[in-house]
Amino acid sequence: MSERHLLDSIARLVPPGSRVLDLGCGDGAMLAHLQATRGCTGYGVEIDDAEVQACLQRGVNVLQLNLEEGLTMFGDNAFDVVLQIDTLQHLRNAETMLRETARVGRIGVVAFPNFAHWPNRLAVLQGRMPVTKRLPYQWYDTPNIRVGTYADFEVLARRNGLTVEDGFGLHEGREVRMLPNLMASTAVFRFSK
Amino acid sequence: MIVTPVTYRFDQPLSLRGGAVLPAYELVVETYGTLNADKSNAVLVCHALNASHHVAGWHADASDQPLARSEGWWNNMIGPGKPVDTDRFFVIGVNNLGSCFGSTGPTHNNPATGQAWGADFPVVTVEDWVEAQARLLDAMGIQTLAAVMGGSLGGMQALAWTLQYPERVRHAVVVASAPNLTAENIAFNEVARRAIVTDPDFHGGHYLQHGTLPRRGLRIARMIGHITYLSDDVMNEKFGRALRTVDGEDPAAVAELAYRYTTQDVEFQIESYLRYQGDKFSEYFDANTYLLITRALDYFDPAREHGGSLGAALARAQAKFLLVSFSTDWRFSPARSREIVKALLDNRREVSYCEIDAPHGHDAFLLDDARYHAAVRSFFQHTVGAPQ
Repeated sequence: MSERHLLDSIARLVPPGSRVLDLGCGDGAMLAHLQATRGCTGYGVEIDDAEVQACLQRGVNVLQLNLEEGLTMFGDNAFDVVLQIDTLQHLRNAETMLRETARVGRIGVVAFPNFAHWPNRLAVLQGRMPVTKRLPYQWYDTPNIRVGTYADFEVLARRNGLTVEDGFGLHEGREVRMLPNLMASTAVFRFSK
Repeated sequence: MIVTPVTYRFDQPLSLRGGAVLPAYELVVETYGTLNADKSNAVLVCHALNASHHVAGWHADASDQPLARSEGWWNNMIGPGKPVDTDRFFVIGVNNLGSCFGSTGPTHNNPATGQAWGADFPVVTVEDWVEAQARLLDAMGIQTLAAVMGGSLGGMQALAWTLQYPERVRHAVVVASAPNLTAENIAFNEVARRAIVTDPDFHGGHYLQHGTLPRRGLRIARMIGHITYLSDDVMNEKFGRALRTVDGEDPAAVAELAYRYTTQDVEFQIESYLRYQGDKFSEYFDANTYLLITRALDYFDPAREHGGSLGAALARAQAKFLLVSFSTDWRFSPARSREIVKALLDNRREVSYCEIDAPHGHDAFLLDDARYHAAVRSFFQHTVGAPQ
């Protein structure tokens, strides 16, 4: 996924001036982008030492915490927007985290690899797990322990009483609004309680 | 980097939290680097229990060469090109009141009696230290600190600075610290204090007038402290169950089963290590200072005046924070640092937090760890040093 396009596509979902919590913030590029272009403030949460260091080098606020231990650090509605960009698929307690995201933020934004993208379907039809640019790992070494589809997320959101305000796919740097479950390698949702 | 301490005298009385008044006092100070023209690059370093103003560099011997074993206690952190870069920042080390390294303390004479203060030196708190240091900044013409930083008790002091003088602190670096001591922590301090006070040479704290020192008590106090600053893992790795070796004895010759079956002699290496640390400490540290500083630790609790709410207590803070904790530090555990982080988040303050996975227990804050030092370096380069 083109880093720049991802930043822009997601940033558009974040109202200017928002107080943002970025769960699994990586090197802090998204937060730095939101601060520079949309006047946002906030914090990233990250567990990896090297990524935490990268955030500090950008001058972005970063909290080294393990998301598997929950979001008890953060109060109800403490943030305007909570981001989970390529984070959900790494979490054992993905559903709990989704609910927690909705608890601490007024708006939640998630992005994750869409397992129902047609090349993935084709691979599985041929009897093999997909290995693509978006899902580059073998089945036995993938960190993506929660594989789901665009359509699956809509069901999960409904089940947890969340309102999907916007949903679309991303592929090769473009937004995909036609048949995203089939045509997009990444699923993006903006939701609220 | 050769440094020479300087003494500042303050003749305006200092009212202490405990109700006593110090009629006058002196603070011993070292500085590193150069204060810039608008006096905006000052970094105050607060020290922990047994440290001093001698933060970095070396003291000079008679021929102006670095004196052996005179390295500052945070010399791996502070200096030219180090994480806190003295080519860029003006760093101030200051010895706390009540200490035994030069600032006014129990080994100094009480002007009212002409005798050493001893046990009559008033109880001082972390907040008192901050007040005393604020006057030091006034004397130096520094209105605002670029940063205040410290580890352990020094971290508490850095936190206290952000609450007592929020407008004078732009950044705070709080390492391996806590918002107060737990009961277990107070308990360790109390064991140390009882060891000192029950030493027959203590003489109610007036041992100097008796021409003696409560060395036995100090040794035990230090041994207890030392155990709590290390982790089980690091102690096992360093000493394990290895038996003592006598000078000149080949360690390999001390066979696994060569117990001496003695109850009072040193048998295991950890014992001889602790005894050595205790002996060394009892030769240079003042017993009354140990009592005073452990008490300052016990009393520190900013939430107390706010019904126990740390969030309410930290509402005053304006600084941007960096907090660092170490995974195996059980005396000032990561959970305690996270309490401070949470209280800052609740107040929407800017904060970064690093939890360093290090094996060394509480001592890690003094050691050279690449991730820890990189975090502090980045914070100073990109946040403290960012254009205002």
